[in-house]
Amino acid sequence: MAGTPSEEGGGLTQRVAGLRVSSKYLAYLVPLGAVLFALLIGTIMLLALDTSPIEGFQALFDGAFGSTDALIETSLKATPLLFVGVGITIAFRANVINIGGEGQMVAGGLLATMAALFLPTWPAFIMLPTVILAGLLGGAIWGAVPGYLKAYFGVNEILSTIMLNVVAVQLMNYLLRDPLIDPAEIERGTRIPQTERLQEGADLPLLFGSDRLHIGPLLAIIAAILAYILLWRTPLGYRLRAVGQNQDAARYAGIPVKRTITLALTLSGALCGLAGAVLVFGSEGHRMVTDGSTAGFTGSAGFNGIVAALFGGLHPIFTIPASFLFGGLLVGGISLQRAVQVPSALILALNGLVVIFVVSTDRYRQRLRDQDARRDALASAGASAVPPAGPDPGGGEP
Amino acid sequence: MSQFFTEAVLIATIASAIRFSVPLLLAGLGEAFGQRSGVLNLGVDGVMLLGAFGGYYAVLKTDNVWLGLLVGLGIGLLLGVISAFITVTLKAEQGISGIGVFLFGLGMSDLLFQRLVGTPRPIDTFPRIELPLLGDIPWIGEMFFRQSLVVYLAFLAVPFSMFVINHTTFGMKIRAVGENPEAADSLGVSVAKVRYATMLIGGTLAGIAGAALAINLGIFQQNITNAQGFIAIALVYFGAWRPLGVMLGALLYGFVNSLVIQWKTLGIIPDSLSDIAAMAPAIITILALVVVATRFRAPAALTKPFERGG
Repeated sequence: MAGTPSEEGGGLTQRVAGLRVSSKYLAYLVPLGAVLFALLIGTIMLLALDTSPIEGFQALFDGAFGSTDALIETSLKATPLLFVGVGITIAFRANVINIGGEGQMVAGGLLATMAALFLPTWPAFIMLPTVILAGLLGGAIWGAVPGYLKAYFGVNEILSTIMLNVVAVQLMNYLLRDPLIDPAEIERGTRIPQTERLQEGADLPLLFGSDRLHIGPLLAIIAAILAYILLWRTPLGYRLRAVGQNQDAARYAGIPVKRTITLALTLSGALCGLAGAVLVFGSEGHRMVTDGSTAGFTGSAGFNGIVAALFGGLHPIFTIPASFLFGGLLVGGISLQRAVQVPSALILALNGLVVIFVVSTDRYRQRLRDQDARRDALASAGASAVPPAGPDPGGGEP
Repeated sequence: MSQFFTEAVLIATIASAIRFSVPLLLAGLGEAFGQRSGVLNLGVDGVMLLGAFGGYYAVLKTDNVWLGLLVGLGIGLLLGVISAFITVTLKAEQGISGIGVFLFGLGMSDLLFQRLVGTPRPIDTFPRIELPLLGDIPWIGEMFFRQSLVVYLAFLAVPFSMFVINHTTFGMKIRAVGENPEAADSLGVSVAKVRYATMLIGGTLAGIAGAALAINLGIFQQNITNAQGFIAIALVYFGAWRPLGVMLGALLYGFVNSLVIQWKTLGIIPDSLSDIAAMAPAIITILALVVVATRFRAPAALTKPFERGG
């Protein structure tokens, strides 16, 4: 899963000489190819549903990016995708596959909600950091468990994270239907599984005088930048990537592999937990609510975040525009439904195809990259002893 | 609590537990074939969802439950081919490509349902078949031998799978390819062909499992599987890659689900506590994953694409 623009160092000079397709370009071609592929399938599906694709895509684009309100909605929708995408990236960089974003979001949302419910009414400047930290902690716990089980018992993290998704949804249903339920729901007898309006100190502050846009997107972008710094500018990030590339070599180099794996999933979960907290405190109702499924709370961001991360080449910075794009698709899907009566589930189906496209071409890209590397090595050997030129953009080890 | 321990309720609980376990059992057996050959197919839930919609829609239109099951089978077969192409031919990362198949199935089944059906309408369910003699055994007969044909076939698939995996040439090839593909390849076994075959079996069984789920419930709704496809994958680990183990796991889930529903219906425990009870199988599965990881060995080539000389 190393299809990032960041990892191909060197080869800069050679590329200018010939017209051969460099892996450098290829890294950017893949997202483009994935978009075209998804557009193509989308067009076929719209045609099959007796809908004008032009009208459909127009509605989708307008709904996602066509107005200030649309852009705000898109940013809000992109926020959990970005948190999850960055979290997934950290895990994947350590060669740990985190499928548990959904459960970690729920765990983060629940712990943050409980903090807001049970702590006394505090002013925002204390309350807000507290609940955000609680969200982070909830997700971290939900990530640490599979991380620990993988590192010390060899339990496959794909399966344990999936099973913890199942546990999280039951836990959420239990808590929101009974101990945490809004007392008014019991009085009215409606019993919607949701909490009461949480204390105002925990509301995410709004930006630019908007009544919708809160600081969530900003927090997510900061998290992405911090993750980038962590991965490529700190010893810890170096250890994470070293373990991801070659565990044995990392072990010989004296890196505590087990602790690093546990930490990778813990950090990954923490970011997903943040996504859960932001969903709760940035929601219009300022409360946690479910419909009995994880998606009812997360909007499937735990899975769609994987799509954004893959699309961003598993690089935190590139995941920012990728999340924005996929957030836009999800928002635009609703306009699509309104305009041409095509269910917005279409977007989810297309997201699935994007994932398949990106991972299916990965092996092919890897092969081309290897060829490039060999050719570059030969070329530089021939030109004798000019060290690979140029600092690579972000891939450079400290 | 005493109302629970009546003959009728106990029998009904067991009987429905067996029905609940069928989709998990079928999907889990199919996944076991794939994993024994070295392929972790994470797309099961997506295949089940599309199989469920296909089966539901066919029954809605024709009132023929067997045609519904056949449609589920066909969809599963098709998706099996596609999944095999992605993981075997294109050698995509198995842990993630399956999530793509899942998202596709989740979105597509919902899209088709909203577009073609709209409001949920109930459909026919499988007819019960009372086995002669066995069905007359008191208690046991009512629990086990007054089920639908699908139930009998699903449980017969267990010894059949054991036989295929352990006692046939094909099974030997599956195991060889899953443990040591290089050696199998050098002996002239086509790794790709064997893996295609197991992926087709897995896809087909997942499609049938989905259709059986929808037709058994007599409805379709968005995300009807509720992660059962993922649980089926975990059950293969739970059962240490053995069909019998998969069956035990499926029965455990079926039993707890059935128990929780009975308790709810009888009002023995409040709804909220049933959510806690429903957590039990998932937690047991996680514990089982730990035990299996320390005691048993996964097929050595699991999740590793095969490349000759690589």
